[in-house]
Amino acid sequence: MSTLDEILGEAQAAFVAVDSLPALDQAKARFLGKSGLVTEQMKGLGALAPEERKAAGARINQVKDQVEALLKARREAIQVAQLEHQLKEESLDVTLPGRGEAVGGLHPVTRTLARIEQLFASIGFEVADGPEVETDFYNFTALNIPEDHPARAMHDTFYVQGGQLLRTHTSPVQVHYMQDHQPPIRIIAPGRVFRVDSDATHSPMFHQVEGLWVDEQASFANLKGVIQDFLQRFFERDDLRVRFRPSFFPFTEPSAEMDMSWGDGWLEIGGCGMVHPNVFAHVGVDPERYQGFAFGLGVERLAMLRYGVDDLRLFFENDVRFLKQFA
Amino acid sequence: MKFSENWLRSLVNPDLDSAQLEHLVTMAGLEVEAVEPAAPAFDKVVVAEILSAEKHPNADRLQVCRVQVGEGEPLQIVCGAPNARAGLKTACALVGAELPGEFKIKQAKVRSVESFGMLCSAKELGLTEAAEGILELPADAPVGEDFRAYRRLGDHLLTLKLTPNRGDCLSILGIAREVAALTGAQLNHIDCSPAATTIADSFPVTVDEPQACPRYCGRVIRGIDAQAATPAWMLERLERSGLRGIHPVVDVTNYVLLELGQPMHAFDLAKLKGGIRVRMGQAGEKLALLNEQAIELAADTLVIADDGGPLALAGVMGGAASAVSDATRDIFLESAHFVPAAIAGRARRYGLSTDSSHRFERGVDIDLPRHALERATQLILDICGGQAGPLVETAGETPRRKPVAFRPQRACRLLGIDLDAGEMAAIFGRLGMQVAEQGDTFQVTPPGFRFDIEREVDLIEEVARVHGYEAIPTVAPQGAACLLPVSETERATSEAKRLLNVRGYQEIITYSFIAAELDADFRAGGQAVALLNPIASQMDTLRGSLMAGLVQTLRHNLNHGQERLRLFELGRCFDGATAEAQPLRLAGLVYGHARPEQWGEAKREADFFDIRNDVEALFHPLSVQFERAEHPALHPGRTARISLDGQAIGWLGTLHPRLVQKYDFVRAPILFELAWSAVAARKTPRYAGLSKFPAVRRDIAVVTDADVAVGEILQAARANLPAKMVDIALFDVYQGKGMESGKKSLAFSMLLQDTEKTLTDVEIEAAVEGMMQFLAERFNASLRAA
Repeated sequence: MSTLDEILGEAQAAFVAVDSLPALDQAKARFLGKSGLVTEQMKGLGALAPEERKAAGARINQVKDQVEALLKARREAIQVAQLEHQLKEESLDVTLPGRGEAVGGLHPVTRTLARIEQLFASIGFEVADGPEVETDFYNFTALNIPEDHPARAMHDTFYVQGGQLLRTHTSPVQVHYMQDHQPPIRIIAPGRVFRVDSDATHSPMFHQVEGLWVDEQASFANLKGVIQDFLQRFFERDDLRVRFRPSFFPFTEPSAEMDMSWGDGWLEIGGCGMVHPNVFAHVGVDPERYQGFAFGLGVERLAMLRYGVDDLRLFFENDVRFLKQFA
Repeated sequence: MKFSENWLRSLVNPDLDSAQLEHLVTMAGLEVEAVEPAAPAFDKVVVAEILSAEKHPNADRLQVCRVQVGEGEPLQIVCGAPNARAGLKTACALVGAELPGEFKIKQAKVRSVESFGMLCSAKELGLTEAAEGILELPADAPVGEDFRAYRRLGDHLLTLKLTPNRGDCLSILGIAREVAALTGAQLNHIDCSPAATTIADSFPVTVDEPQACPRYCGRVIRGIDAQAATPAWMLERLERSGLRGIHPVVDVTNYVLLELGQPMHAFDLAKLKGGIRVRMGQAGEKLALLNEQAIELAADTLVIADDGGPLALAGVMGGAASAVSDATRDIFLESAHFVPAAIAGRARRYGLSTDSSHRFERGVDIDLPRHALERATQLILDICGGQAGPLVETAGETPRRKPVAFRPQRACRLLGIDLDAGEMAAIFGRLGMQVAEQGDTFQVTPPGFRFDIEREVDLIEEVARVHGYEAIPTVAPQGAACLLPVSETERATSEAKRLLNVRGYQEIITYSFIAAELDADFRAGGQAVALLNPIASQMDTLRGSLMAGLVQTLRHNLNHGQERLRLFELGRCFDGATAEAQPLRLAGLVYGHARPEQWGEAKREADFFDIRNDVEALFHPLSVQFERAEHPALHPGRTARISLDGQAIGWLGTLHPRLVQKYDFVRAPILFELAWSAVAARKTPRYAGLSKFPAVRRDIAVVTDADVAVGEILQAARANLPAKMVDIALFDVYQGKGMESGKKSLAFSMLLQDTEKTLTDVEIEAAVEGMMQFLAERFNASLRAA
């Protein structure tokens, strides 16, 4: 039966010699096809004596199985090689830059305002808005700052034709809101404000966030609670200390300056106080039943401290090399 | 308010060091804004006497002095000052002394003569900016005494930033009173006992406006020596309060102003005619003030006049003509009370701000004029000599402090504290207030110097302040746990901003005021709003369009090396001064290539349609319409007015070539500006069902005249969709080679669908034919031959 061994050897050689699946199929036909070498051996069984036939058949089948095994192995090898080739062909320089549009960013003031709004929203403050060109009534009179009050000198006011003015603080929004809503009230009012003042540390336009909480219980102790909580969350520092110093604003009483511990000292961060009864009187809220607090925060100041900006003027120069740092 | 700590401590001296004292007053609402030493640090400087001064053997300008510096042998010191002379008392820095500027004094040889120290000028000790020669001390200066101790240079100069409600603290006495109330330390008495009157002379005073001037005290002093020297102790206190010595009489009135808080004025009696009259100014009257400013009076301005006309702006500033001078012999001294309402705002109207008006505007104790006049009289007699006439007082109905009702419980509720009513009463007592208890309520009468106690909350503030803000607990408030409303039909600004960010736009924030000319270039409507007091001419008009700021910002960044920019701003514009004329708008600018420079993609300039896509994305899923229109700042052929539901809500276009040139751009920026209210508007989605049957797409190409607006075709086609057709879209535009001149080819895709069944070919053909017919009839379109 040396022929069978030769066929096996031949098949092995033939399969190894091809490296594609169609060629392998052709090679397969030479051995296992209708007139393939192995098939011919099977056909030759009939010529054998019945007693030899069984053993010879078994031997042929054994060889056939071995050929098929060789075939399978070779097929798998070719497939692996082909896949490897494809993978190699298709490989990219994945270190090349991506294509498409670049992503822009928010202005740092917007970023800071968003953070402030988010923090206050978490304890139920809604955002309110108001005009930037205001009347004397909303900016001053309704806030208990009558004509000729020395406090008006503290506000260097821009005036426009017709006696109106650019709001010097966001406090007028308090008045608008309380005219339209009865307590309980919990709002913040972010926005632009304007003062006739321009140097390294003052901008004629800047941003404030006004806060107002009015109900039957809101106390000075609560004001301290809200402000301390806010500043600690804003700066993500539980060890940050907040100091309240007596001060004077016509629209709050008692009034306070808020100082925040920073380095070795204290930094002024804004003003606050209990809403003055005269303000309640202007908007028709009963000051015997309701009480509340208001506060005003300087947004650029907070942004400068949070992000380490050392020059206020950068905020409004809009140099994209500056702005991009806050994306 | 600037003053010497030593002066304050002469009136009240609590057991606190300087830092503790500063903290105390700051935390009581009298903010210490600045603390400066009275002199910079130096040591080993003593009072010395020059015994002899001989010319230096080897130098013309130097002298060799023998200087007595205390006990022991005199020192030999070489000195270059021309005023060094025998008998002069001066300051001497001993060997080992360190002067300001780290200047160490060593034993030295000056041109081969030994020198054992240095005689000092005021400049060398850091006392003044400049000096001529060495210090000249009074003859009674004690030789050998430490110079710092002699001149009390360990003193601190405090500057308080006082709030307008605390006019009572605009004096050393006022601050001392406050410190005494806060600490319980004893307040020393200032001697204001009546000065001896030795003559009977007086000068007539008439007050026409007793409401504005309820008390006017005056006195004649004759025979003063106007050349007398103001004593060193007084000059020292004035200088440490930032005032200079001017004239002994003026120095005294300034001193009393600082000490007691009562503004006073001294007239040269020889220059007064007839009598003093306190009256309103008459329109057109003129007055030359002490500061050489000439003003024209208004009718609501209170003046001090005599028979010859106005002499002084009452409570603000005296006039030049009646001022005391070196030649003055007789004076008339005024010490009056003007009510805040009569003075408030007046100084500012004349462009003035004086120590006097500053105090009267905030309120001065009505009982003070008499005391202050006696105090000043005695000081003038002490310093300048002379003889005082009787104090003459014209007093109308003097306003008195009314009691204010105070409920301790109310104070606890407002402050969130639990303080005993008795402690509150004690606080009022310390502040000089009279307390009468009536059941649960106190009747509290403030002292005459407090003008800020008119209602209950003013008293609550006093309780909070003296009890201490730091003693009030820090408590998180309790509120109803209600969710905030969240609108689904109005979107947040942050959402639109983020969308623009993702499309490459950087947010900017520009000033709301711009140059009038810039505004005129970009304003598309409304009335320009000018500022009456702009900070600069480039900022004198409120912006009518955000495009102005975008273009300016583009210019700034191109100047700083940028080449491709995408910017946006959200902000108010001003079409007038009413609340309604301040719309919030969202605007953007694109300059340069469509994409950042990158590999694998050809460079292409961004064009109108790139930005139109950004604009459409802002409104998605709503669709906005674009129609050709004109905007003053935009290219007339490349500008679209944008509308939503038939309302004009914005603009898109490329910058007008005229402005491209004016603002010096290489290429035209593309700009859009939208009403924020329109961008914010959203519809809550409503589920419309899904068809179970497949949609079918059919494409057609049609030929139209080249000038037909595609937007109009699409809008009309969508409004007239045949049955079963659900949408039509443009996917190609072709014009040029192979097309008849003046014609263009438009390729549309049509989507057909039925929710009930699969469409038949007949239905599909009918719908396509229907659309084709519509296009043919409305737009004269013909099917393009294949």
